Amino acid sequence: MMQTYDLQANGLRELNAALHAQANDTNQTSWEIVNPRGSHAVAVGLDAPIEVSVKGSTGYYTAGMNKQATVHVHGSAGPGVAENMMSGTVVVEGDASQYAGATGHGGLLVIKGNASSRCGISMKGINIVVHGNVGHMSAFMAQSGNLVVCGDAGDALGDSIYEARLFVRGSVKSLGADCIEKEMRPEHIEILRDLLDRAGSDAKPEEFKRYGSARQLYNFKIDNAY
Amino acid sequence: MCGIVGLFLKDKALEPQLGALLTDMLITMTDRGPDSAGIAIYGAEDTSASKLTVQAEDPDTAFDGLADKMAAALGGPVTLTRNDTHAVLRVPAGKAEEARTALREVAPDVRAMSFGDTLEIYKEVGLPKDVAARFDIAKMSGTHGIGHTRMATESAVTTLGAHPFNTGLDQCLVHNGSLSNHNSLRRKLQREGIHIETKNDTEVGAAYLTWKMQNGATLGEALEASLEDLDGFFNFVVGTKDGFGVVRDPIACKPAVMAETDQYVAFGSEYRALVNLPGIETARVWEPEPATVYFWTHDQAPTPSKKAA
Repeated sequence: MMQTYDLQANGLRELNAALHAQANDTNQTSWEIVNPRGSHAVAVGLDAPIEVSVKGSTGYYTAGMNKQATVHVHGSAGPGVAENMMSGTVVVEGDASQYAGATGHGGLLVIKGNASSRCGISMKGINIVVHGNVGHMSAFMAQSGNLVVCGDAGDALGDSIYEARLFVRGSVKSLGADCIEKEMRPEHIEILRDLLDRAGSDAKPEEFKRYGSARQLYNFKIDNAY
Repeated sequence: MCGIVGLFLKDKALEPQLGALLTDMLITMTDRGPDSAGIAIYGAEDTSASKLTVQAEDPDTAFDGLADKMAAALGGPVTLTRNDTHAVLRVPAGKAEEARTALREVAPDVRAMSFGDTLEIYKEVGLPKDVAARFDIAKMSGTHGIGHTRMATESAVTTLGAHPFNTGLDQCLVHNGSLSNHNSLRRKLQREGIHIETKNDTEVGAAYLTWKMQNGATLGEALEASLEDLDGFFNFVVGTKDGFGVVRDPIACKPAVMAETDQYVAFGSEYRALVNLPGIETARVWEPEPATVYFWTHDQAPTPSKKAA
């Protein structure tokens, strides 16, 4: 049964408390949030297999720390969308501001528009698919997971990256320290095909290049100092 | 933190609402910085007079007879319209800069907030709702304006530490961020003869732009140069007599959202600040790129996307 919640009329705390109260076997599996009006912390800390649809644009930290839930923003999201996500799915129909999916451990973050700077900073296992472009310093210190960019990437992509995979279809303005282009092997095509499919993108996996760690930052090297 | 808002009207029908729209936008940003607030309003031009907006700690005494003293110093008619701790001095057309210089002699305790033909700056310590109410900003009309609510990091919470800062004739600046080389830059600018009043970092940023423009740069060139010479974090929104500009530092960690419709161009630190603007549901909303100068003026056809200056 669909629950509709007017955020302007009823406030944020009551909304998040109601969403937090949903158990694994809840029958209130479908929620619609109207009048988000750029509010912060909408649908944060969820831990139930529910679907939350936000009708409009949101502010900071939308769907942060998500577990299990599917959160769909029908608008744009402010800084830190799906920050530290553990599992589940977050979809943003519009653009996402800086550090989308930062430190995420798992789950899938889909941004249908562009993501700005620091997308996937310090990602630790999350999968992020951006249909448009990403800004500078994306995947900075990325540790695990996949960042897929169907458009272009800004300056210093993958700076100081550990072991995440970065797939970019368009141009890369510059690569960060210790980030290099790598061979696209059949297993990477398969990973990418699955992610693009789940993210609703019709981009062809063969059109992407793969980037990752040169693994040269583990020891001090003067060329990596600025 | 700090919150910035800006509104540049393309549709003249909205001009009577400028103060009300800006006030609403600024109040929404209160929790980004509650210690002081200010608004710059560009009103209708009066070809017979230029304006000096002034402020005093003790306005009852300080404004008493001030118009006469200024009239004597300038050799022409001067009127004073008081608004709480501020007053607008209308001086003979083209004498705004001369008036600002004369004020330092005539009434050293009275501070110049702004000078120009259409610009008025109002700022005080306190919450945006209280600052806007004491000056009745919501009743003001105009073509464009910018507002700021401050969370002080680099200097004391005072009226002079509040934004906007006046950078030149009809020019002003608001800032979200913190400049880290403001002490060395202040010393350099003071050696160049630029007057800097406080220990505030943004005042140095404003003085830097003034200095660049005194040396022949356009505002756009001065903003481009700031990307090289200012160290630290900044989102700047600037106002000129007929325009409105935005620039972010290359790191761009301070938030910024812009919206454009046929009726206006708007800036907010967050989307929340824009949600009550007319037609926002169908506006083009985007995040300004780092290290890119954006500018809009009334003189030119509306820019479809960005750049200029």
